[in-house]
Amino acid sequence: MAGHWIAVAINVVVGLTLVWVLVRTIQGRPIERRIVFVYIALAVATPLFMKLEAPLAETPEVQSIVTTIKELPPGSRILISFDYDPQSAPELQPMAEAFIKFAFKQRHKVIIMGLWPLGPDQANQAIRAALEDPSVAELAPEYGVDYVNLGFQSGNEFVIQGMGSAFKNMFPQDERGTIYDNIPILRGVTNFSNVDYVQVFSSGKPGTREWVQVAADRFGATVGGGTTAVQAPEMYPFLRSNQLIGLMGGMTGAAEFEKAVEELGKANTFLLSQMFAHATVIVFVIFGNIAYFRSRRRDASTDAPTPGGIS
Amino acid sequence: MRREVPLLITFITGVVFALSYFIPGGWLGQTERVFGDWITIVQAFAVWLGVLNLLKISLIKIQRKEHDWGYSVVIAVCLVGTIAAGMYSGFAPQFESFRDPETPFNFIFRNIFAPLGATMFAILAFYVASASYRAFRARNREATILLIASFFVMGGRVPLLDSIFMPIIDGTFFADFAGWIMSYPVTAGQRAIAIGIALGIMASSLRVILGIERSHIGGGN
Repeated sequence: MAGHWIAVAINVVVGLTLVWVLVRTIQGRPIERRIVFVYIALAVATPLFMKLEAPLAETPEVQSIVTTIKELPPGSRILISFDYDPQSAPELQPMAEAFIKFAFKQRHKVIIMGLWPLGPDQANQAIRAALEDPSVAELAPEYGVDYVNLGFQSGNEFVIQGMGSAFKNMFPQDERGTIYDNIPILRGVTNFSNVDYVQVFSSGKPGTREWVQVAADRFGATVGGGTTAVQAPEMYPFLRSNQLIGLMGGMTGAAEFEKAVEELGKANTFLLSQMFAHATVIVFVIFGNIAYFRSRRRDASTDAPTPGGIS
Repeated sequence: MRREVPLLITFITGVVFALSYFIPGGWLGQTERVFGDWITIVQAFAVWLGVLNLLKISLIKIQRKEHDWGYSVVIAVCLVGTIAAGMYSGFAPQFESFRDPETPFNFIFRNIFAPLGATMFAILAFYVASASYRAFRARNREATILLIASFFVMGGRVPLLDSIFMPIIDGTFFADFAGWIMSYPVTAGQRAIAIGIALGIMASSLRVILGIERSHIGGGN
């Protein structure tokens, strides 16, 4: 609790110093970018110690994923593709962890793969985090029976295309070297028609777009997405046309998912940091524009450019 | 022959992939699957080619002591070190897989690669903030519309504006408004861009398949 109040106090002091930034900016003496960096660092770091609850909207794109998973009968097979690497992990890992926990709690079977070389490693981290949760540990999911990691396969969308004929062709063995036919969870799994739901966590190409174009459009798989906030706008056309049944976009999508499945975790903590960072950027944009309009007015009245202005 | 054979391969594979989308079964489907397998194999070799090429370029730079050759030493040492750790982790009998939590490879991944990768991506936030302060101006009508839209999307996608205006506006008005921007104007714009890109890809693909565009085999028209 002490950490919370210290963090709040720091933010109040930092907020007050913004007046100094505004005055300097208006005077045509913008602050150095290193000082902007300090503001962002504080905006990201201090909320990690705060205990604040922010109002979160319930969006149809996230609720649709939750409903789909809940409506699947226990024992359904869910294919998860980890198409990202550590660079995007801060944004995608919390949603992957929350999703896997939720899938295990619903007693579904989880088949993991990756179209990015480091995706399966991210998956292993998410699995380990899920297994540390007492309510998941209680269910004691067993490797090979309740979940499996098929590893990485090169070939981008052609891997998805190949899986449309036979998963085994693309993944003859799992990442531990066990032959496909000897893995209990994969018995009876030939192609997408034997999988009840496909969840993709992606941050680029190949990613959600390729899964929609090949697995959903061509082979009729039910696909849900989880993307970085930057990639999310590109996915909205697929949502509107129902090619994608749901979408978790960035940290907000992950936080909403955690809230919807009553599994508050990292995303809700990190969302606060993102909120403060957005606030800082908005404040700096406003300051910059105030200075810009003032310098324009000054230029118009003196009919000469202002030295040192930031316009 | 050095030009004709690649052009013939391009033509055959291009036609097979294009036709098999519309006629998925039969021999076309079979051929498409075989070509798909070939692509996977070729791409796997391409990864090795990339690794070896990077190593070669780095070693040459070190040997000639070119500008910033120290970075090449770091690249070469990290590359060889990680491959060695991966090999050891994969073949050592005490580990089930090279991705086991206790392996040296996994140690490198978790404690070096993952934090460095995340740091590189996180640096973007600092530059975005600095650039926004210095360059994001309402200079004309289009820039003003962009500025207003970004204000509502940045403040609405995270619960920032809803938290600030909670005493005045109940619920998640700003989040819903940001959602509306994403669902309608953004979707419309994205569709227009996607259709434009698709038409461009179709046109350039046809040029490549028909051999009109030959720059990929190292020659002009």
